[in-house]
Amino acid sequence: MRIIIEISYLISSVLFIYGIKYLSSPKTARKGNFLSALGMFVAIVVTLLDQHVLTYEWIIIGFVIGASLGSVMAIKVPMTGMPQMVGLLNGFGGGASMLVAFSEYYKVVNFAMYAHDTQTNITLVLSILIGGVTFTGSLIAFAKLQGIVTGKVVRYPMQHPLNAVLLSLVIIGGVYFVIEPELEWLVLGIGGISLLLGVLLVLPIGGADMPVAISLLNSYSGLAASATGFVLQNNELIIAGALVGASGIILTNIMCKGMNRSLMNVVLGGWESAGAAGPATTSVSPKGQVKSVDAEELAMIFDAAESIIIVPGYGMAVAQAQHAVRDLFNLLESKGKKVRFAIHPVAGRMPGHMNVLLAEANIPYDKMLAMEEINDDFPNTDIALIIGANDVVNPAARHDKNSPIYGMPILNVDYAKTVVINKRSLNVGYAGIDNELFFYPNTLMYFGDAKEAITKLTHEIKNY
Amino acid sequence: MESLGLLMLIYVFVLAIFVGFELITKVPPTLHTPLMSGSNAISGITIVGAILSAGLEEFTISTILGMVSMVFATINVVGGYLVTDRMLKMFKKK
Repeated sequence: MRIIIEISYLISSVLFIYGIKYLSSPKTARKGNFLSALGMFVAIVVTLLDQHVLTYEWIIIGFVIGASLGSVMAIKVPMTGMPQMVGLLNGFGGGASMLVAFSEYYKVVNFAMYAHDTQTNITLVLSILIGGVTFTGSLIAFAKLQGIVTGKVVRYPMQHPLNAVLLSLVIIGGVYFVIEPELEWLVLGIGGISLLLGVLLVLPIGGADMPVAISLLNSYSGLAASATGFVLQNNELIIAGALVGASGIILTNIMCKGMNRSLMNVVLGGWESAGAAGPATTSVSPKGQVKSVDAEELAMIFDAAESIIIVPGYGMAVAQAQHAVRDLFNLLESKGKKVRFAIHPVAGRMPGHMNVLLAEANIPYDKMLAMEEINDDFPNTDIALIIGANDVVNPAARHDKNSPIYGMPILNVDYAKTVVINKRSLNVGYAGIDNELFFYPNTLMYFGDAKEAITKLTHEIKNY
Repeated sequence: MESLGLLMLIYVFVLAIFVGFELITKVPPTLHTPLMSGSNAISGITIVGAILSAGLEEFTISTILGMVSMVFATINVVGGYLVTDRMLKMFKKK
C-alpha cells in the first residue's frame, strides 16, 4: 500500500509540473489547469487510503464546507475583484499549513505517534511561522484591496523595532521549543506572534505596492506547504510547495523591477520620500499649459489616426471601463486602424491584472503587449491613449534624479505623435508626484470617468 | 527523522525550486494572474496533511485542527482551480 501511495504522489507531482508547463501559452493553459487539478485529485484520493486515516466523517464535513465556500467564491467574484480573491485564497493555504502543523504537534503530545526529535520540531516551528504570517498577512491584504481597511500606507509608532522584536521572539522561542518541546504554551505563543506579525507586516503596505505583497504572500503560501511537507516527511507537499514558492518569488522580482525598488523598500512601507508629504519632493514642478479636449474634437483626431496604442491602468479597473474600452477597440479596428494594448508590469493591483480584465471584455490576448515588446513602437504611433494610468507613464522616471520614481521603467507614451490622457482630474498618482506629461505640447487631457468618457468617445467616432 | 532522511527531503526541495524557476520564467506576463491563482490552488496540497489529521481514529484536538484545516485547504483547492479555469476560458485569440 505504501508503495502505491508513494507512486501516486509522484504521478501527482508530475501532473503539477505539466500543469505549470502548459501555462506557458494561453492556448494550452486551460488544459494545464485541468492536469494540475487532476494531480490534486490523485493526491487526495490516495491519501484517503493511508493506513492512518481511519475515520472519514470529519474529512467529509470539512470537505463539503470548504468545497461549497470555495466554489461560491470562485463563481461569484467579479474579475475586478480578482486581486482580493487571490489574496484570500493565499491566506487559506497558509492557515491550513499552520493548523496541520499544530495538529501534528498534538499528535505527538497525545499519542506519541512520532518521537520528539530536533528536526521535526524545527520544521514544525517554521511551518507555524510561515503559515501564520501568510494567513493574517493575506487577510489584511484582502481587507485593504476590498476597502475594508484603508489602502493607503499605514504607519504606526515603533514600526520597525516592534517587528524586529517580535521576529526575534519567534526565533528565540523556536530554539527553546526545539530544546524543550513539552512546553505547550511556547508553541502556542509562537503561533500567536506569527499571526500578529502577519498583520503588522502587511498593514503598512500601500495600494499600488499590493502586486508585490500579493506575489510575496503567494510565495509564502507555497513555502508554508513545503514546511508542512518537511513535518510530515512527505515529498509531494515539498515539491508542490516549492513550485509555488518559486512562482511567487519570480513574480515578486518582476514586480519590484517594474517599480525599480528593492523588496526591502516595498516591505518596509511606501515611497520613503514621497507619499502625503507632498510639496518637499516636487522639486521642479513642471507647470505649463494643459490642453483639454472634448469627445468631439477627440473623435476627429482618432478618425485621422492610423495606429493607436491603449495604455490601461488601475483607473480602468476602478471605473469598470473594460467593456467600454472593448467597444472603442472594436470600432477602431473596424475602421481599419491598428490598435494594440501596452501593459506595464505593475499596472493594477496584481501581476497580470489588466490582462484578465481585457480578456474578460473579449479583447484578444495577442493584442495585449508587455512593456518590452511594445516600447519601441511608440515613436511610430499616432495616438497613445492612456486610461487611468499615471506613474507608469511619467517621463520624470527617465531624467529627474530628484523624483521618487527615478529609474523606474516606464511606457514611452510621450514619444507618440499625440498623447491622450483620460483621467478624472489632474491629481497625482500613487507616488504622490506631479506628472510632467500632462503639460507636454503633444499631450491632450480628456477629463472624465473612464467608463463614461470612453463610451462618449466611441459614440462620437461612430457619428463622425 | 534521521539526518539522512532530512537531507533527502532538502534534496527534493532544492531540485523542485529549480524546476519551478525554469517553468515559471516561461509563463507570459499576460497569464500572470491565472498563474497566481493556479499555483495557489497547488499550494492547497496541504489538504493531504489535513486529511491525515482529520482522519485519526480517536477524536482529539488534532481532529478538530485537522477538520478546520480541511475546510481551509478545500477552499484553497476548489476555489483556486475553479477561478483559474474561469479566467483562462476568457483568453481568446481573434
